Amino acid sequence: MNFHAVKAIYTFEMARTFRTIMQSIISPVVSTSLYFVVFGAAIGSRIETIDGVSYGAFIVPGLIMMSLLTLSISNASFGIYFPKFTGTIYEVLSAPISYFEIVLAYVGAAATKSMMIGLVILATAAFFVDLQIQHPFMMVLFLVLTSVSFSLFGFIIGIWADGFEKLQIIPLLIVMPLAFLGGTFYSLDMLPPVWQTISLANPVVYLVSGFRWSFIGTSDVSVWVSLAMTLFFLVICLGIVSWMFRTGYRLKK
Amino acid sequence: MPPALSIRNLTKTYASGFTALKGVDLDVQPGEIFALLGPNGAGKTTLIGIVCGLVNASDGVVHVHGDDIVVDYRKTRSIIGLVPQEVSLDAFESVWATVSYSRGLFGKGRNPAHVEGLLRALSLWDKKDEKVINLSGGMKRRVMIAKALAHEPKLLFLDEPTAGVDVELRRDMWEMVRGLRATGVTIILTTHYIEEAEEMADRIGVISKGEIILVEDKAALMQRFGKKKLELELVEPLSELPAGLAARGLEITDAGRRLVYSYDTQGERTGITALLAELSSAGIRFRDLETRQSSLEDIFVDLVRERA
Repeated sequence: MNFHAVKAIYTFEMARTFRTIMQSIISPVVSTSLYFVVFGAAIGSRIETIDGVSYGAFIVPGLIMMSLLTLSISNASFGIYFPKFTGTIYEVLSAPISYFEIVLAYVGAAATKSMMIGLVILATAAFFVDLQIQHPFMMVLFLVLTSVSFSLFGFIIGIWADGFEKLQIIPLLIVMPLAFLGGTFYSLDMLPPVWQTISLANPVVYLVSGFRWSFIGTSDVSVWVSLAMTLFFLVICLGIVSWMFRTGYRLKK
Repeated sequence: MPPALSIRNLTKTYASGFTALKGVDLDVQPGEIFALLGPNGAGKTTLIGIVCGLVNASDGVVHVHGDDIVVDYRKTRSIIGLVPQEVSLDAFESVWATVSYSRGLFGKGRNPAHVEGLLRALSLWDKKDEKVINLSGGMKRRVMIAKALAHEPKLLFLDEPTAGVDVELRRDMWEMVRGLRATGVTIILTTHYIEEAEEMADRIGVISKGEIILVEDKAALMQRFGKKKLELELVEPLSELPAGLAARGLEITDAGRRLVYSYDTQGERTGITALLAELSSAGIRFRDLETRQSSLEDIFVDLVRERA
């Protein structure tokens, strides 16, 4: 294990984060606050409680999940795409470092950043609503698993992308809609039956549902199904990454 | 002691179908400066890319100090340093941070004294806290070199190190390369500047169209292919050669004011004495004479042309 190399990349990536710390933290805080003002206070005051909690408290897990997904993908995809774009990737490829270590360092840094921001959003939410976390251990587990899986997914996009436009297209056209339709702002049983069934094909549903369970103790789908689906997604991403490195896909000629 | 670099049957065909290397064999001994000389597109950068891990070989094996570059990549890559042809750096990092990063990336613990020594040797010390983006082109190139040396490599690749570099930096780099060699580092440089190979290298390999067409000691190469020219500055211009002298392969240049005679330094006799005697009996007088050794450039052009 090339510990020094993993540390070097991880530290480098985190330094990049801290250089832009204000925009990294302020923008999610501002946007989350806006969601609470609009959905929690303005609309939520007209909605009855859902699953026994106020609407404001109900949307907290969904909002955090949505930020985790988008941030993990953008952090990780940018982190690996940028060296490819500027050419500095040559150094990583010529270093005595295994593929696993490269992924560990880049994905670890991206996931760390998302988790930090997830916790900041959680703290912000505590100003607006009365938060309760029934299963803190599971909450942290979902936080970590989601950050890691989607950072891996972002890493894959970053390797695949050969232009800035491709870097944006998947988050914008696929992840955003799935996140909005994944039960962030509503419970699945508020939907007509047909749409409830269709929603089960949306992987984000399982993430939000499981994460929400760790807060309020009830969920749309079983928490174990959620956990299994999250792990399944993680394994698929790991498989794709290892294939990419084995073949040198878009990294080596 | 195994060679610093040993290449057997190295072949690379790109996805586009272009074959950049056609079964290259090459050995470079520890501590030598080896220049790989060849025109653009000859396969120099591909060869370096494979040894350093940037390009996957289609066939063949490469050993660095006895270790296979694929099986024992950790061992081989940790002793290889690479200065690529193009400058690519993280624009917003400081010089100090980016050089220290390279050291860590190659598996070495922090060593501020070594990094300081490098930056001083490359005249970068007073820029150590400067962001890379604020440096001049020449300074950026120095940073690239510092990064490649940050982990104290034993085998250093310089891919076209002085392309587009000013005279001062070129002199500095040559100086530095000699200094490194004195500490036992093996250096492989690619260039299409003959002057550079002539100035620096112990041995020279010539590569053309993916094949190594010659590897030889620089001195031996110069001697083997070295032709000398004798130039005579005439007192009276000559419009054509007298009959007896035409067979000697003389050339009239400079509107008849100069006579040029080429001869092989390897030959038993150079024919100079006889030529001068004949000139004198033909009544051709000269004011001055000089002899010139052909440069590596002439040799190189001849070699590549022969192959074409």
